[in-house]
Amino acid sequence: MSAGRNSRSLRWVEPILLPVVNLLLALLLSGLIIWLIGDNPWQALQLLVAGAFGSQEAIGYTLYYATNFIFTGLAVAVAFHAGLFNIGAEGQAYIGGLGVGLVCLGAGSLPFWVVLPLALLAAAVFGAAWAFIPAWLQAKRGSHIVITTIMFNFIASALMTWLLVNILIKPGQQSPETREFTPGTWLPSAHDLLAKVGIPLAPSPLNLAFGLALGASALVWLFIWHTRWGFALRAAGQSAAAARYAGIAPAAMTVVAMLISGALAGGLGLNALMGAEHRILLDFPGGAGIVGIAVALMGRNRPIGIFLAAVLFGALYQGGSELSFDMPHVNRDMVVVIQGLVILFCGALENVFKPRLAFIWER
Amino acid sequence: METYTLIILLLAATIRVATPLVLAALGGLFSERSGVIALGLEGMMLGGAFASATVSAVTGSAWLGLGAGIAAAMGLALLIAVACVTFRGNQVVAAMAINIMVAGICPTLGLAWFDLGGQTPQLENPGQRFTELVWPGAHAARALPFPGLLYSELISGHSLIVYLAAALVPASAWVLYRTRFGLRLRAVGENPQAVDTAGVSVNGLRYQAVLISGLLCGVAGTYLSTAASSGFARDMTAGKGYLALAALIFGKWRPYPTLGACLLFAFTDALASRLEGVALPLVGVIPVQFIVALPYILTVLLLAGFVGSAIAPKAIGVPYAKEK
Repeated sequence: MSAGRNSRSLRWVEPILLPVVNLLLALLLSGLIIWLIGDNPWQALQLLVAGAFGSQEAIGYTLYYATNFIFTGLAVAVAFHAGLFNIGAEGQAYIGGLGVGLVCLGAGSLPFWVVLPLALLAAAVFGAAWAFIPAWLQAKRGSHIVITTIMFNFIASALMTWLLVNILIKPGQQSPETREFTPGTWLPSAHDLLAKVGIPLAPSPLNLAFGLALGASALVWLFIWHTRWGFALRAAGQSAAAARYAGIAPAAMTVVAMLISGALAGGLGLNALMGAEHRILLDFPGGAGIVGIAVALMGRNRPIGIFLAAVLFGALYQGGSELSFDMPHVNRDMVVVIQGLVILFCGALENVFKPRLAFIWER
Repeated sequence: METYTLIILLLAATIRVATPLVLAALGGLFSERSGVIALGLEGMMLGGAFASATVSAVTGSAWLGLGAGIAAAMGLALLIAVACVTFRGNQVVAAMAINIMVAGICPTLGLAWFDLGGQTPQLENPGQRFTELVWPGAHAARALPFPGLLYSELISGHSLIVYLAAALVPASAWVLYRTRFGLRLRAVGENPQAVDTAGVSVNGLRYQAVLISGLLCGVAGTYLSTAASSGFARDMTAGKGYLALAALIFGKWRPYPTLGACLLFAFTDALASRLEGVALPLVGVIPVQFIVALPYILTVLLLAGFVGSAIAPKAIGVPYAKEK
């Protein structure tokens, strides 16, 4: 389809023009819905932007949500590069968070600089372990990874409910949550960190995990484009046959990609539990694994794109919940609609937009 | 006697839980057999549930609600077909997009129209719902011990849609295996080139298959919101679409085994609500969450080839392009 296009135009169209046009379309359609239900879309947009960026606290919340989406977006993207569709980031984040929580609950009086690497390791190992079984089944048994990762989301949800209701629950409490982690294990919040260097900041759940997410983005960039393994992974994703001819084992790459993917998804636990909630609670990923699909598609699977898309969705989440104060009929559900539209346009209808945009761009 | 009553009630609950699964799984059967992944069952079912409850609440007619549910679900199916068949988009991505979009749009519209926190109003009038049909003599039969209870609880006393779902299983089997359309449909999921060479439109067949899956999901959604409960609630499908897909896979893409899988999954569900906190001899209390997760674990085991083997239609997930 796009075979005849010169690569220079595609370099602009694919990573920049396509997501922007798709976003505008998604916003336009959402605006239409808001207009249909009798509210003013323009006012909604203004309120949304103010709710997401209007104050230090708002920006803090936006970046806090974005941190979750960076982790899950990277998780989905790494699997995409290997030609795999990981719908299981939700479950992997859930189980990864369990690992983080267990470390924090069991840390006792260990100093923070011991707890942090342990929690990082636990997030990665637990998340990767949950991704390993679907990966191994895909590699060795040919089980469709889309189906198995969906099943594993449900299994993770049941497992965590059982653990929280029966085992980890704080004794003498009704709601299925663990006790609070000891404050020594908490990830330092952004306002505390910046206060130390003399920059005052309004309190928000934004914490050190944001930095960890940026670090993870840089590592993913290095790994995918600047290591032999990353090359092998992309080669296996582009064409299993060609990869095999080049001496790469696609099955091994499937497992490697999914392990990294699961480990990245587990990072959500650092942000949500160690950084903000300070306990394990039911359904703390809250759909971030699914947002990760939209973020990866929109960011065209590149770390910089994922960062921008994650901030965008963070803003939509934060702005969306602020919006409902002024417009009682427009709330986060509207953000879910935008999310679905972005996935539709960026992902499913890619073949509609890409060649046409490239054509227009060349003229 | 006590045990007997319990078993009958358990089986009756199984039938009620299985109905939406059977309808959606049969829809998925047509779609997947034609080569289009049926991940969109969840969204189509949810859309159908919302549309039928809304129209039924406004017009007061359950039948108009059913029509609206079917229309909404088929509209979503058409969107999937346009994206996946005409524009050869990624089928998994398209279906996920639909599922997410519907999950957001139903409570948004519900909130705007009814101001009930995203729900539709309670359907209180019997004409607004597909209520239980009581068969002749069912009340009298209750008094009789053995066949009476079987007749009054298991055979009589279900919504019309339950009987429809039961009838649709042999009907689907007949269409798939005994008609020209069914033969072509199965062929297009295995070897679309061959179908194309024979002068039959691959895309046309896939459109029909996906639309049939929308139709059946619309009925399934209508059952959820106007028969099993009295109104639409947020996320009321709660993963039933994915469970139906699992049942379809567990049934190895065949109508009767799929029905069996739906009944099995529904039985575990009915059992879970009965066994909550009950200590069984030998094993003690089985965690409800384990029973809830059982269908998913079984499906994974099946896909892994540990419990028989599941062989999907060969061309599934691959968009068809005439020249390659």
